[in-house]
Amino acid sequence: MPYLSIEDIVASYGDDVPVLAGVGFSIEKGEIVSLIGPSGSGKSTLLRVLVGLTKPKSGRVCLDGVPISYVNKKALREARDRFAIVFQQYNLFQNMTALRNVTVAPIKVKKRDPRQVEEEAIALLEKVGLGDKLHVYPDELSGGQQQRVAIARALALKPDILLLDEVTSALDPELINEVLDTIRILAKEGMTMLIISHEMAFVKEVSSKVVFMDEGKVVEIGKPKEILDNPKTARAREFMAKILRH
Amino acid sequence: MQYTIHFSQVLEYIPYLIGGAWISFQIAFLAFCGGMVIGLAGAMAKTFGNRILKAVVSVYVTFFTNTPQLVQIYFIFFGLPQFGLTLSSYEAVLVGMTLNAGAYATEIQRAGFLSVRKSELEAAETVGMSLLQSVRYVILPHLARVLYPPFSNLYIIMTLGTSMAAIFGVEELTGRSFNVNAITFRSIEIFSITAGLYILVTIAASFILLYFGKWLFRVKGKVF
Amino acid sequence: MWASFLEEIPRFFTYYNGIFLLQAGARTIGLSAIGCIIGFAIGFFLAIIRISRERSFLPMRLFSINFVEFFRRVPFLVTLMLIFFVCQALKLQLSVFTVAMITVCLIASGFIAEIVRAGIESVHITQWDAAEVLNLSMAQKLRLVIVPQAWKVILPPAFSFFLSFIKDTALASQIGVIELTYTGKVFNNKGFSAILVFGTILMMYFIISYPLTRFGRWMERKLAISKH
Repeated sequence: MPYLSIEDIVASYGDDVPVLAGVGFSIEKGEIVSLIGPSGSGKSTLLRVLVGLTKPKSGRVCLDGVPISYVNKKALREARDRFAIVFQQYNLFQNMTALRNVTVAPIKVKKRDPRQVEEEAIALLEKVGLGDKLHVYPDELSGGQQQRVAIARALALKPDILLLDEVTSALDPELINEVLDTIRILAKEGMTMLIISHEMAFVKEVSSKVVFMDEGKVVEIGKPKEILDNPKTARAREFMAKILRH
Repeated sequence: MQYTIHFSQVLEYIPYLIGGAWISFQIAFLAFCGGMVIGLAGAMAKTFGNRILKAVVSVYVTFFTNTPQLVQIYFIFFGLPQFGLTLSSYEAVLVGMTLNAGAYATEIQRAGFLSVRKSELEAAETVGMSLLQSVRYVILPHLARVLYPPFSNLYIIMTLGTSMAAIFGVEELTGRSFNVNAITFRSIEIFSITAGLYILVTIAASFILLYFGKWLFRVKGKVF
Repeated sequence: MWASFLEEIPRFFTYYNGIFLLQAGARTIGLSAIGCIIGFAIGFFLAIIRISRERSFLPMRLFSINFVEFFRRVPFLVTLMLIFFVCQALKLQLSVFTVAMITVCLIASGFIAEIVRAGIESVHITQWDAAEVLNLSMAQKLRLVIVPQAWKVILPPAFSFFLSFIKDTALASQIGVIELTYTGKVFNNKGFSAILVFGTILMMYFIISYPLTRFGRWMERKLAISKH
């Protein structure tokens, strides 16, 4: 049985055009699945649905056999215990230091022991390479450093699955690699991840499976080499041609 | 509660009140136009004038923006006769509101002037525009777009500001509502209707100004 | 004319008149300051209601929008009259100062609600999302994330409103509140020349307003620097 199974998710903003028109695929534990496709295809929306920011109209999400509902506040909180997300930008709370950003949720929401939370937070920040920036504010950090802190913050909640929504797309080119390196570390440790990215080389290197989405539907699923080098469907081929031109 | 609300007694005065709203509009409009003229002159003086001129305008602006319009009008209406200059209520209110508006308009205009960035002027130069052309095609549109929202806001504030003319007996909307109140004593009903008329007038003004601005100057914004 | 003017001055600037003026000045400042403080509390609450997206809040949101728009679109004098006569009809037996205070608080809350709303909306929406996915409650979101970032955007226009509000309180004189403008009328009625009296009142407003204006500009500069 797959670890995470997404079945037939339909979602929209407002009542008209559905952004997700029946999306489904599955992820095994420890797998890294990359979600690619043109903008507007619904990739970010799918992640927002998983983490409870957008309510799905229909469909099922099952984690480790347990269905996750997004029906009430309690269900939302439980969903977020299992999924953690890092956005493209503006992740970090600008009025808190890096350390405080990482510790605020475990202390204030999970009500855990502050000293233990802080120890774990320091360890996480060291893991992402920012052990010397504990008490620095986000506006003094580079974009890449901010994203790494955001990843540490997401990990502090010990999620089952980490969702990464184009986390390098807003970064200056020279800052992208430090974030990708951090993701590589997590991959090696066996973190289950669902990644939206435009960095095709990275996608090929790190993913065990690639899902191509277009216009709210899953168009093609396959191994990275297959989809990226030799897509089967016409739309996937179009997309890859456009991306790989430069 | 012994006071019961009877709108019926007051309905017949609504046309009278609407007439008052028209007077309010006249006062606000005239004072606004006068204020804009003063504002342009003042902003030019502060940007391009000599030190004495700048100082005079500064004193004028500082004084009129740090004192209440009501007391300014009191001074003009009760004080100027001692210098031999006696103005009617309407005139005193108009002069007071114009001078007051002129001070705020000067500040708005000056901020507008300062907002024209060198880079815009340089870009116009590199494209080959003469000074006159860059004024017409670059500076004026930019100024119009930047100045339109604060001036629209000032106009709405002034429309509400005409209400203090009632204190001097001018029969604009608030003044007329005082009159009706003196006749019927249906205070809550009358002032509710008056409040409603002011709300209608300012909402209408906001919409008109907004869509006018969007059409003419591509100004962005919304009413609510 | 100048002779009578010079003769008036020692008669006008007596100790008792001075005390009278200072007390009136205190009432002017008091009305505007307390009005703004209470107005901020109410206005903050109204702004939060207005930006909330929950469906169950809809009636409260409509109330908030109407409340705010009403007090921003009706002149001070008309609102004052309405409150005055409503209090009278309810047989509340309040002093004119209290009526003026109620009016001032309501009007201030209307304007400050909009200022607070703009400040809150200036915080990037992803900050809300990030707080939401960390399961922070609404109160926690506001207290820990949003307000600490919004207050820098709220404070300058709120202070600027306070300054302009000091001038608006002049209209409270019309129901008999003994603030600065009212004392002007009193002295004028007593026979002192209007130029002397209203000139003095204008100067007193200036003395209150101008230093605060300079302070406000200094504060804006410091906040702008600290943002970068």
